[in-house]
Amino acid sequence: MTTENTPVSTDSTPFVGNTRKVSQHVNQNEGLIFEKSSPGKKAYRLAPLDVPEVDAAKLLGAAVRTDLGALPEVSEIEIIRHFTRLSTWNYAIDLGMYPLGSCTMKYNPRVNEAVARLEGLADAHPYQPEVLSQGAMRILLQLQQCLTEITGMDAITLQPAAGAHGEFTGILLARAYHESKGNPRKKIFIPDSAHGTNPATAAICGYQVENLKSNAQGMVDVAQLEKMVCDDTAALMLTNPSTIGVFESEIHKIANILHAKGALLYMDGANMNALVGKTRPGDFGVDVMHLNLHKTFSTPHGGGGPGSGPVVCKKILEPFLPVPVVVENSNGTLHFEYNRSQSVGRVRAFYGNFGMFVRALAYILANGPDGLRQTTEDAVLNANYIRKNLEDVYDLPYTTPTLHEVVFSDRRQARNGVKTGDIAKRLIDYGFHPYTVSFPMIVPGALMIEPTESESKEELDLFIDAMRQIAREAEENPSLILNAPHSTRISRLDEVGAARRPVLRWKPEALEMA
Amino acid sequence: MAYPTRYRYTREHEWIQIDGPIGRQIGTIGITDYAQNSLGDIVFVDAPKVGASVEAGKTFGSVESVKAVSDLFSPVSGTVTAVNEALNSAPETINTAAHESWIIKVQLAKPGEVDALLSAADYEKFISEETAH
Repeated sequence: MTTENTPVSTDSTPFVGNTRKVSQHVNQNEGLIFEKSSPGKKAYRLAPLDVPEVDAAKLLGAAVRTDLGALPEVSEIEIIRHFTRLSTWNYAIDLGMYPLGSCTMKYNPRVNEAVARLEGLADAHPYQPEVLSQGAMRILLQLQQCLTEITGMDAITLQPAAGAHGEFTGILLARAYHESKGNPRKKIFIPDSAHGTNPATAAICGYQVENLKSNAQGMVDVAQLEKMVCDDTAALMLTNPSTIGVFESEIHKIANILHAKGALLYMDGANMNALVGKTRPGDFGVDVMHLNLHKTFSTPHGGGGPGSGPVVCKKILEPFLPVPVVVENSNGTLHFEYNRSQSVGRVRAFYGNFGMFVRALAYILANGPDGLRQTTEDAVLNANYIRKNLEDVYDLPYTTPTLHEVVFSDRRQARNGVKTGDIAKRLIDYGFHPYTVSFPMIVPGALMIEPTESESKEELDLFIDAMRQIAREAEENPSLILNAPHSTRISRLDEVGAARRPVLRWKPEALEMA
Repeated sequence: MAYPTRYRYTREHEWIQIDGPIGRQIGTIGITDYAQNSLGDIVFVDAPKVGASVEAGKTFGSVESVKAVSDLFSPVSGTVTAVNEALNSAPETINTAAHESWIIKVQLAKPGEVDALLSAADYEKFISEETAH
């Protein structure tokens, strides 16, 4: 381990950990590509025209476009440098730990990328006839079988493009199911610890949201639920483990209460990384849930996407699945079935984000059942290692056993005016991506930390050292934290100004003045 | 921060001031200082239109801060008689003076509902329990 790093210059407090993760690094200023433009510059030169010239105006009439708007004119090397420079400003999982709670920012294994780039897969066209797409369709089917087995469910659609889209599809299935029984029902229950997308989904699908308060352990208040459930309840949307990383120990009871009134249990699969290989939602009463391949199954996430949010469900919801559905013919070949009278219809063009299916399947097959189970255990172990090593300096509002993520609060640091957002900014100076701030809402001043299984003990120790150092700074030198980050290109952004008076469009100076 | 004793409060952190003669009472509604403090910098207030009906305990709009969007719950049932348009361009006044920055005024349909609301002392007790969590 090198000790020659230049310390972060603004830091006057001696560092208490093993070593620093970061040193000052020179990177280059870069403006907008529009600002680099000058008329006539080109990144290409076409060969002389060797066919008769066409008069576009004559061909298109009034539809011809004469004003091309403001397009940047730059040379090839300027383009290359522009994007390369910008890329050096990024933080990525390939640079270090990315402990964004609830997001499961795990490593994207390179074997996934190698497989996804195989010519037959990368160059496959969605309009290719089925007879020439049997391999790709087999991948869909095999991934479907893996995911239904992992979740203990009966049926699946791979179409949704990401988590919130999966939620939407799942609740559409619930609605179609209730409608088929003659009454779509009115209400969806959502715990106060839920992701904001849950109430948004319920509202978009035409349901009223009813808030379910958490009990002192951060779990669903079962007695309260029992009182609230009625013939108008369509479903409960539940994240398990919850957003504070706690397993709903009475999940069976919760499912039974809902089922007794004909309501469904929807599970938000955001935290599935704590369950894979250990327990199956289908076995503990869940009727429908979405998965995030970009979280649990290692496909790229956070700018690297796209996401993918398959929905798995029980047999009772299968007739309503979006079309098309992959079906095996009697001769062993596969085809897409479109003719399904009760289907909610299409939710996505073509078949979903196919490239992500390839990567997720590669991940599942590379790990195998034992590997996936180990992954879950390591993710839980890592979160508990962090909890154990920080709970003496950061307030732990819920002491219920932690699974894959741990939620602290800024209560102790707030006495010195240091809040969760400030600690997160200071963490950037120590070379880490911030954890999730101010979420879940049931913890005032939350610090939500999810290391995932990807991190080694060495990286976790660096993170713990940084967090302990910041806790010490909060006692001894709060202004250091309040003005952080010090080592970045720009320090604090005007988040409030950006929200109140957003500038959504760049305009050339000449136009701006006009 | 002192909570005005002339207001009544909800467990969802709204305040209401009742004015006017019996039978034609108007409730002026805003969010508490505790609410603005936990929300952080407020960037947008979504309020109903004049003439809309609101129902006690049900949402009538939302407040958006840099951290989150939170529902507004009406302390009483009735009809909206006025909306504080000044909040459109300056929602931050809720952060600087929550108890003076009203959001809507409502003509009370069931004045008896007010009795179920918290007094300033009860509300202060309620939030001290909430923060002690």
